[in-house]
Amino acid sequence: MPIHDQGYRRYLGTRSAIGGSWQVMTRAGVMALISKRQFIGLMLFAWAPFVVRAVQIYVSATFTQASFLAPKGETFREFLDQQGAFVFFVTIWVGAGLIANDRRANALQLYLSKPMTSAEYIAGKLTILLVFLVGVTFLPAMMLLLTQAMFAGSLTFIANNLYLLPAITLFSIAQVLLAATTMLALSSLSKSSRFVAVMYAGLFFFTTALFNALRGITGRSSFAWLSPSASLEQLGDVIFRLEPRYQLSPAIAGLAVVVMIAGSIWILTRKVRGVEIVT
Amino acid sequence: MPDISPAPPVQDPFPPDRFAGPVVQADQLDVRYGKNVALNNVTAVFPTGAVGLLGPNGAGKSTLLKSLLGFLVPVKGSMKVLGLDVASSALEIRERIGYMPESDAHIPGMNAVTFVAYCGQLSGLPAVDAMQRAHEVLYYVGLGEARYRNIETYSTGMKQRIKLAQAIVHDPDLLFLDEPTNGMDPKGREEMLELIHDLAHNKNVNLILSSHLLPDVEYTCDHVVVMDKGTVSTCGPIAALKGSHGTVYELRVKGEQDRFIEVLRAAGYEVADTDEDVMRVFVPGGSHHGPKELFALASRQQIQVRHLRLSMPTLEDVFAKAVGEA
Repeated sequence: MPIHDQGYRRYLGTRSAIGGSWQVMTRAGVMALISKRQFIGLMLFAWAPFVVRAVQIYVSATFTQASFLAPKGETFREFLDQQGAFVFFVTIWVGAGLIANDRRANALQLYLSKPMTSAEYIAGKLTILLVFLVGVTFLPAMMLLLTQAMFAGSLTFIANNLYLLPAITLFSIAQVLLAATTMLALSSLSKSSRFVAVMYAGLFFFTTALFNALRGITGRSSFAWLSPSASLEQLGDVIFRLEPRYQLSPAIAGLAVVVMIAGSIWILTRKVRGVEIVT
Repeated sequence: MPDISPAPPVQDPFPPDRFAGPVVQADQLDVRYGKNVALNNVTAVFPTGAVGLLGPNGAGKSTLLKSLLGFLVPVKGSMKVLGLDVASSALEIRERIGYMPESDAHIPGMNAVTFVAYCGQLSGLPAVDAMQRAHEVLYYVGLGEARYRNIETYSTGMKQRIKLAQAIVHDPDLLFLDEPTNGMDPKGREEMLELIHDLAHNKNVNLILSSHLLPDVEYTCDHVVVMDKGTVSTCGPIAALKGSHGTVYELRVKGEQDRFIEVLRAAGYEVADTDEDVMRVFVPGGSHHGPKELFALASRQQIQVRHLRLSMPTLEDVFAKAVGEA
């Protein structure tokens, strides 16, 4: 008997309902990344600022002489700003190849020939990136808040700064959504993950350089909307009830961030297709 | 007390009918790439079983498959796959079909068994079942020993097999195979055709095989839809299409062959020129006077017939007629 006669039979088991494929994608993507030691190293390193801040909170709570180290509302804003560097590196590491590698291997037509819409595909890929970005922003920031309560032995600080809970949540959402959608859109434009990484870094540095150049020339910082990271900083200041650092309306800063995210989603809906049409 | 209840009936592992009725129906389908017309008023019915979608490069075969998958939205017309409307039930359709694309396609960074199991999960199989079936289908397609290798290290032939494996892992009711023997060596091609034949005829999987290779279609399929320049030229059971041609004669002459071909065509015969100075002359209907008439025509043109032999009609004849008339 030929061997292939032994290997194929009808499948009589259950099938899951349509609409859950994106979870399969996310699970596979996350598992693939956490199986890499170097990446785990990066994620652990991204928690180093948390450890430093936790020690600072411990010292301030334990030793009255070090009470000047006690956290304030803006401590959490600064912490999330610091995490921006890790957001950048994690975004490049995780996101650059998410769609670019699929395009290189013609995998899009495989994915979309399964019971999965392009929106589900995008959701599955986006969630992979969001999982890790939340892991270096929202999660450590919230842990820091809990650490403060734990070391202080009371919830007084949280009660006095109740706005921190929505502020951390909102700013983290803006931070990770902006990075994730932008990177995913760039990843859908190329078949080379290296090129995507360079494009993302270029976009980040070029827009910041352009804004700084215009600020240097005009002496005004109202051009902050040109730089997504500057817009995000301005937005963050408002969310954390701090004095805005640029001469830019928070509404415009928010609009710049929203336009960037919406534009990225628009690119994704145009590029994620089962067939590439060149006319 | 011993169990005396009757034994459950033995279930046929490959029930003959997965889906009754035409597996695909296209009605007045127009598909365009920008201003270029890819499919022009295509109306076709694909019955159950193995159907060949035959045509030269650029005929619109892959476009038709991609339209059936919902990748391309037609500007006009409607399509049904397994009785479901493509426009409104694309996901339900994709759950029940398997697609083997023409170009190299895999999910990067995975070994074969992980890749096939992953595709099974994407098609709705639970993780454990998907993994079990991945092993089974990889053995079935002949990649059992190489199933833990990264797909990117596979040869072209192995990549074709892995594409077939991912298409059948979830046990689809209908398979779309787009040029499945592309780039394969003769032995690999033969094995691939054997697999396709086995799926269609022993495992009762409905399939549509898109190919420009006539022998592939003739070996694996029972029905054929011939396409040319974005339209359907002819369709039907292969046996009937071959039979409807009447008799075919192989003919070699001494003299002005081109002029004689024109004479034959003027006399109402269909003539196909081959590479080796042998022409294939189609004598329509069941006429037994074909040789006599051919000799008479040659004699009148003072052309000497060197070779005349009754031949079996092939799919090539059907194809030549369909494409020639298109």
